Amino acid sequence: MNKKTQLVLASLAAALVAAGCASGPSVAELNALTDKIVKASFRDQSHVKVARLTATDETNTACSEADVAGKPLDEKIAKRIEEANMKAIKWPSDGKFIGDWKQGEAIAQSGRGLTWTDSATALNGGNCYNCHQMDKKEISYGTIGPSLYNYGKIRGVSNPDDPASKPIVEYTWGKIWNAKAYNACSNMPRAGHMGILNETQVRHIVGLLLDPKSPVNQ
Amino acid sequence: MKKTSTLSMAAALMMCVVPAMAQKTASQGIDEYRAMLQDGNPAELFEAKGEDLWKKARGPKNATLEKCDLGKGPGVFKGVFVELPKYFADTQKMQDLESRLVTCMETLQGFNAAEISKTAFGRGEMANVTALATWVAAESKGMKFNLSQSHTQEKTFYEVGKRLFFQRGGTHDFSCASCHGEEGKRIRLQDLPILTKNPGDGVGFAAWPAYRVSNGQMWSMQLRLNDCYRQQRFPYPGFASDATVALSTYLGVNAKGAASIAPAIKR
Repeated sequence: MNKKTQLVLASLAAALVAAGCASGPSVAELNALTDKIVKASFRDQSHVKVARLTATDETNTACSEADVAGKPLDEKIAKRIEEANMKAIKWPSDGKFIGDWKQGEAIAQSGRGLTWTDSATALNGGNCYNCHQMDKKEISYGTIGPSLYNYGKIRGVSNPDDPASKPIVEYTWGKIWNAKAYNACSNMPRAGHMGILNETQVRHIVGLLLDPKSPVNQ
Repeated sequence: MKKTSTLSMAAALMMCVVPAMAQKTASQGIDEYRAMLQDGNPAELFEAKGEDLWKKARGPKNATLEKCDLGKGPGVFKGVFVELPKYFADTQKMQDLESRLVTCMETLQGFNAAEISKTAFGRGEMANVTALATWVAAESKGMKFNLSQSHTQEKTFYEVGKRLFFQRGGTHDFSCASCHGEEGKRIRLQDLPILTKNPGDGVGFAAWPAYRVSNGQMWSMQLRLNDCYRQQRFPYPGFASDATVALSTYLGVNAKGAASIAPAIKR
């Protein structure tokens, strides 16, 4: 299969040279070739299917293309993507946004789930500490995302049930559920939208970030 | 994910090291652990095994690999590592070191290349490919990466590799760039090299194959990429598949001028 793809490519290159275009394949041709190589190179393993790559949505394809070009995403497209992701957010079915911060901390610590070596049925972790500082006592935190230490405190949330806290509470839920609703090409996964975390787990994470008793806000 | 090993490493440090240095912070303890790693590198054992495998008559044809052409002519092993992947006219393919070693094992020794490629890392002939790659890489220690971009396929594979590097997908929308697109970032406590340009001598592409202390395994570049994709929540990349070779081409060309320290030692 490798050979076949490469032969196709060789004849494509030969055709281009013959046509006097020694500059090589066009962007569209390179994109098509990449798709072809992806299909030929990756295979299903356990519960992880190739469709995770081939059936990805416009959010990912448009952001990848902008990254390759080294340019920010076109504003109109970014807006459309953010709106579509915003519409897809599922708000808490019982109206309760704040869960148990202790369970939230355990979810934030866990990086388990959804790799081909993970069980297909186990509860996934949130991977939060991989990229964010949260509880100050945890020194093993990543720096890809901003520090979330004192997240609620900085935003003046002393009582999450107070109507004045509502915009921050809703934003926090939305951001965890679908980060791309607020920033089309954010590095952050769409935890609820992509089924990484369930509604109960998202509630616990929001608790970890906004409960005044949570270590995040000490 | 790797954070569990970072955590268990930190936990182990707490248990064994802390009593002797109670005043030190945990991060100072981790720095000391990293310094201790540099004392001896078990990769030398794999280098020795690789050199033996190169010279030993093996396989259905009972032949050595001493006539293997890794890109600088039959039998040349010095300096080839820092010029791979490259285009090979005989196979009409872009090949990295491991893919090329498997080609030689098939043509010279009579092994079945497809069979080897299907073997799990660390098992059977795949373990031998890793040892060979470790030895060949070590023969270029200190040399600077300088991949060719003169053949059309070499240029095309660089472009495809770039697209793969930025390809977002999977359940977490991760691409290689999510972790390796910016300078000075880390996952948990693990520093992440920027891979869109030369990250410096012995960093990123210029460090693998490497010996992993945390699991006691010798990791080739193919296994390094395979495990990156696993953690990215991507499907399984075939061994020496065009995607892995294209991605390596992108990383290798970007590393131009970086001195190789492979085989390195890693946590």
